[in-house]
Amino acid sequence: MLKVKKQGKMDVSVQTPSTASAVAQEPNAFVKAVAEKKYEFGFTTDVETEIIEKGLNEEVVRLISRKKNEPEWLLDFRLEAYRYWQGQQQPSWAHVTLPEIDYQAISYYADPTAKSKEGEKKEIDPELMKTFDKLGIPLEERMALSGMAVDAVMDSVSVKTTFKERLSEKGIIFCSISEAVQQYPDLVRQYLGSVVPYRDNYFAALNSAVFSDGSFVYIPKNTRCPMELSTYFRINARNTGQFERTLIVCDEGSYVSYLEGCTAPMRDENQLHAAIVEIVVMDNAEVKYSTVQNWYPGDSEGRGGVLNLVTKRGHLRGVNSKLSWTQVETGSAITWKYPSCVLSGDNSQAEFYSVAVTNNHQEADTGTKMIHLGKNTKSTIISKGISAGRSQNSYRGLVKVGKHADGARNYSSCDSLLLGSECGAHTFPYIDVQNNTATVEHEATTSKINENQLYYCNQRGISTEEAVGLIVNGYAKDVINKLPMEFAVEAQKLLSVSLEGTVG
Amino acid sequence: MESERQYIELYHDAADLIRQRSCAVMNAVRDAAFQAFASQGFPSRKVERYRYTDVAAAFAPNYGLSLFPLTSHPSPFIFSFKDAPIDLTPYYNKVADASDGITALNTALAHEGLLIYVPRNHRPSAPIQVDNWLRATAPTMMNRRVLILLEEGADATIVINDKADAQPVSFLTTQVIEVVCKANARLDLYEIEDTNPLCARFSNVYIQESRDCSVKHNVVTLFNGHTRNLCDVYLQGENAEITLNGCAIGSGSQHIDNNTLIAHQVPCCQSRQLYKYVLDDHSVGAFAGKIFVGKEAQKTSSQEVNANLVAASTARMYTQPMLEIYADDVQCNHGSTVGLLDESALFYMRQRGIPEAEARTLLKNAFMGQVIDQIQYQPLRDKLYVKVEKRFRGELEKCEECRLCK
Repeated sequence: MLKVKKQGKMDVSVQTPSTASAVAQEPNAFVKAVAEKKYEFGFTTDVETEIIEKGLNEEVVRLISRKKNEPEWLLDFRLEAYRYWQGQQQPSWAHVTLPEIDYQAISYYADPTAKSKEGEKKEIDPELMKTFDKLGIPLEERMALSGMAVDAVMDSVSVKTTFKERLSEKGIIFCSISEAVQQYPDLVRQYLGSVVPYRDNYFAALNSAVFSDGSFVYIPKNTRCPMELSTYFRINARNTGQFERTLIVCDEGSYVSYLEGCTAPMRDENQLHAAIVEIVVMDNAEVKYSTVQNWYPGDSEGRGGVLNLVTKRGHLRGVNSKLSWTQVETGSAITWKYPSCVLSGDNSQAEFYSVAVTNNHQEADTGTKMIHLGKNTKSTIISKGISAGRSQNSYRGLVKVGKHADGARNYSSCDSLLLGSECGAHTFPYIDVQNNTATVEHEATTSKINENQLYYCNQRGISTEEAVGLIVNGYAKDVINKLPMEFAVEAQKLLSVSLEGTVG
Repeated sequence: MESERQYIELYHDAADLIRQRSCAVMNAVRDAAFQAFASQGFPSRKVERYRYTDVAAAFAPNYGLSLFPLTSHPSPFIFSFKDAPIDLTPYYNKVADASDGITALNTALAHEGLLIYVPRNHRPSAPIQVDNWLRATAPTMMNRRVLILLEEGADATIVINDKADAQPVSFLTTQVIEVVCKANARLDLYEIEDTNPLCARFSNVYIQESRDCSVKHNVVTLFNGHTRNLCDVYLQGENAEITLNGCAIGSGSQHIDNNTLIAHQVPCCQSRQLYKYVLDDHSVGAFAGKIFVGKEAQKTSSQEVNANLVAASTARMYTQPMLEIYADDVQCNHGSTVGLLDESALFYMRQRGIPEAEARTLLKNAFMGQVIDQIQYQPLRDKLYVKVEKRFRGELEKCEECRLCK
């Protein structure tokens, strides 16, 4: 394994403010910082946080609901979900070694904004502002990149949503889900749990019982959302879980592009993140959902890291509707995530583009489900897995064509790249066809980096490590190209950082 | 445990009788196998490898156990276990996966075994043929056990035919074939199933290969009722090769489930798989193939292809090609398609005066041809071309080789 960092890799970390300031103090600090700190968002924020007591029982569910001042129906929804969850077993079918999670050792609600709420004026704690600044998510509208509205969520609470007023001029609702429950209860009630019911799976039931903040988006009819909407999730408090819930409804003839980013501090113990994302797409509407997942992956020995257990699903209810999932998965100790599409509307189209990178002891079991129910529905799956270190990377996908889905079409391609002899790459596609007019294709390949390509680069003076970076970026290009520009740049950077030290 | 109960009771009642008719090597592991079965029962659909077949339902009817003795023409290579020329203890029930419910039941109930033994550097002058002819007046269960042992440098072609009378009598067969190939051995193993819609077949084939071996296994399901074929291959010597081919034609309410596992455990081995299905009416097809490449198995080359034609809107196809890879210097790929006949090809043929039904048969034949082409033994290949075509024309059900029908 390569121990001394080469010039090419330093460029990558210049972005970190902490390392930049370190350079000014002492000359060697830069190299040290790069060598020691590969995960650049691993800091913690010292902010007064109201955390409820650890443990999970009906009273905790009621307490969360009370804190959010929720209506009776939502409390009932939570309690039903909780009772269902109690009777379920944690699933073990995924190709990951999920450590035993002690659900009683986690606190289910942490509010870093509690202090500021007491005062009359609702000001954001400057510490929180600093944190998000440091993460590159400025919450001051004048400082923000134009063309992107952000909902910033830390632990269980949404800190701030920017550009709300400007969006509301067009009738677009973009706010935290807790706020939506207060202000648009009918809309939330109509759609919450309609795509991912609480009985869907173990973690969906848990989330439905204790979910805290997330974003709510409603795009009214025939509206093209003028800017990218984005939510940034941050776990900060110790021994808490984050249970975010996002609901996006895109009404007839509308369009929205939504981005999601996430990071967490470096801690020795695992942190639980069990989220639900529901998307409803109506007639002729289009939703683009992009994620760059960069939760803390644990250290090089496999200690700590986020357990990312997520249920994401879109329901293409309308004719000619379109949904596209793009994900770049580089973080988390364990990823269990299958962003899916139910194609009910005739002529609806769904896409899934994914790059999943695992290094050190990370384990990822990710993929998608495409459930074709309407006529002439189309889906495309492009999945690129990259495994390095001692990690395990699996693609798991389902393509199902229902009885009435005449003319359904699916194309899936899953490629895996292996960097190192101790990692694993696995593919588990399930194809289930009940209609004779359907055409379903699946192909998968697994191989290591072509030695001829490496040799070619070396010949031209490009170091092996840089060459690997180039080849990997080229390999993932199909997916990265689908990301909005700012995210694409970040994703490319992440790919290089995540694979640091994998070439020996 | 309803289905299991009758087999547990059957074993308690008939174990002594089975023991008397059996031989020491089989009796030695019988009780342990029965215990394994009794404790776990039949695999449910929650067991990943049995997702697509309801085993308990297939075993639910009350079958009588057949203890009919084996008959064989005198041959220097075929033996009953009782007359085995070598000690079978190191081989019997060693390659088979004892934790599999069906294998355990077969090990507990099988009363006689067939050994095909090819000594070192021998090559039988003609292919070895094994015919399993199902004929009875009442529902019957048969438990077949075959051990194929090829010594170093041996070379054999084996054809196993499954046939059944066209009488409306239901049969249940379990079959466990264990294949042990020593260094440099070469084996072509063909299994042809041509039974009737009342037959249920559970076949588990386990193949173990040593250095420089080459094995081809070809399983053809021409006509059947409820079929489940499992094939596990363990590549344990460098440069070993395995080719698994299969084709299945489903109509009526037939059920065909092929499940394979190829475990690359050492470097420099090759595997190839090609499975094709044509499904009509209410038939159900399933294919699940896993390629496992262990940490040590560098320089592995592996290909897996599964192509399926679904000809009726009521037919159903499940496919699940899987890769599980723990080594980095490998070339592995798999592909899977489910689709319908090419409309433009049909149109082309109809333009040239070929009736639509004929054009469809031609296309289906050509589709299956790719698998039949892989059969090395020419007389069998020619015969299968004819049979497959007859099958597509709906003429095979007359069971032409069955003397009783004529």
